[in-house]
Amino acid sequence: MSNTILVFAEQRAGKLKKSAIEAVSEAKRQADKLGGQAFAVVIGNDVQALAESLGQYGAARTFVADNPALANYSSDGYARILAEAVRRAEPAVVLLPASAMGKDLAAGLAGLIKTSVAMDCVEVALADGKLVVKRPVYAGKVTAVCTFRRMPAIVTLRPNVFPAAQPEPARKSETESIPLMFTAADLKSAARELMAVVTKRPELTEAGVIVSGGRGMKGAENFAMLEELADALGAAVGASRAAVDSGWRPHEFQVGQTGKTVSPTLYIACGISGAVQHLAGMSSSKFIVAINKDPDAPIFKAASYGIVGDLFEVVPALAREFKKILQTA
Amino acid sequence: MRVCVCIKRVPDTAANIRIGSDGKTIDPGGVEFVMSPYDEIAIEQALRLKESAGQGEVVVVSLGPSEAAATLRSGLAMGADRAVLLKDPMKYRDPYGVASTLAEELKKMSFDMLLFGKQAVDDDCCQVGSIVAALLGLPFVGIVTKMEVKAGTATVHRQVEGGHEVVEVKLPAAFSCQKGLAEPRLPSLKGIMASKKKPLEERSVATVEPVFEVEKLEYPPRRAPGKIAGQGAEGVAPLLNLLKTEAKIY
Repeated sequence: MSNTILVFAEQRAGKLKKSAIEAVSEAKRQADKLGGQAFAVVIGNDVQALAESLGQYGAARTFVADNPALANYSSDGYARILAEAVRRAEPAVVLLPASAMGKDLAAGLAGLIKTSVAMDCVEVALADGKLVVKRPVYAGKVTAVCTFRRMPAIVTLRPNVFPAAQPEPARKSETESIPLMFTAADLKSAARELMAVVTKRPELTEAGVIVSGGRGMKGAENFAMLEELADALGAAVGASRAAVDSGWRPHEFQVGQTGKTVSPTLYIACGISGAVQHLAGMSSSKFIVAINKDPDAPIFKAASYGIVGDLFEVVPALAREFKKILQTA
Repeated sequence: MRVCVCIKRVPDTAANIRIGSDGKTIDPGGVEFVMSPYDEIAIEQALRLKESAGQGEVVVVSLGPSEAAATLRSGLAMGADRAVLLKDPMKYRDPYGVASTLAEELKKMSFDMLLFGKQAVDDDCCQVGSIVAALLGLPFVGIVTKMEVKAGTATVHRQVEGGHEVVEVKLPAAFSCQKGLAEPRLPSLKGIMASKKKPLEERSVATVEPVFEVEKLEYPPRRAPGKIAGQGAEGVAPLLNLLKTEAKIY
């Protein structure tokens, strides 16, 4: 078996995603166990310097596809470049962050090299030439332990689960260029533009802290209170399915089985009863705080800490206290 | 507009999931099985495309056990014209196995568009649509929240972190559908009655060698029992204390 780990280092606008740093760090850890090397892949426009900088997280070599035609994500364009990197590196495993781009690209690569992806893994173990991964299924109600029978294995890593390595800024990665083997017109699908929602808050799946609201919020206007608490903590704002179905928050903020699965360090559930489909999406959070007026709400069974009471009193008080603490800290 | 929609029979999201006696699959006892919710969105989108084109056909396809016929019937009740059940002799098929089997069958059919849910809510693999598209040589866009079709070209919004990408593709093409694209209709009584008479063809499919196997299922680690910090606003100070001293959040 090859002892090389190949990792896709996702960037947007020249900036590495946090989940990409986690993936490169994990690639290095796995490569070390095999006595091999971690190779990275960077795709985009004007990304040469970024490619070299991946050495600080442990990439020995980085394949770079650097071209204005690659400025925006293209499902088949990026997949073809990644497939070429796989051909050159002959890795045992290809790691990608389980982000929107990473998951799409992993599936695109799988289509090209005719294999399956283990999506959204929370554990990766490579031993005796066998790759065993753990991945939550049924939105986390159970975990599947899967063994690959064919290499290279394609694996996407759930954000916020694999620790990022301490960067060593002096260490540079060598780079190897992958030329464009197609023109923009050859691509079957390419993003024409990226419409970003302007927000200062982190993305739910990558946030370290999430403040989330449910049916107990009673209306869209009351989410301003959660936003205030979230901003004091640098947190993302999530919602339960009940709140989304009531039209109080857009669907992209839904946490749970038909929304996003999250694993922040701290999840603060406000006015969320804790339906099984919501618990599935957030119970891998490190610490869960529940604020609910119903002492029998199922959310308290999942919670590390709870406050039984009216969230309209508790949340503003909590926001006030956090502001004081974090300002003086 | 001819649209083919691939759907999957899955446990209801409200179901409690228990591990079966083989340790590898779930115990189906007491579990209600439904169409994966994102597949309902795909069917709704297909019906709207056909309706706005004023002509065409919506075909629903499912790979699964013989019970998946009921799932296909609910697609027919929503308004799909006909159904194809690919009876799966395997208890578990890994994603490439599913995709390659679907692709083999879809090759025999003709359509302008192929739709999937963005993921099945059982094994959450979110890749079959993309792999099928690659095997059929079709363009693919995943996690679509908006779609406009004009003169053989689809302009879609693909959801990404913090916004969306606008993607244009020529048909035929494959897409996976996300909540927000189209609110699924409830089948009417008339639709349910009509669904019983609509054609549902059964085909047998071959077994495949899996790329990966599920060795076992495990329950997630149990969380330590929690603590009630207090009642009402008076709980805030003790909560902050726990977050500081125990959780070491700040």
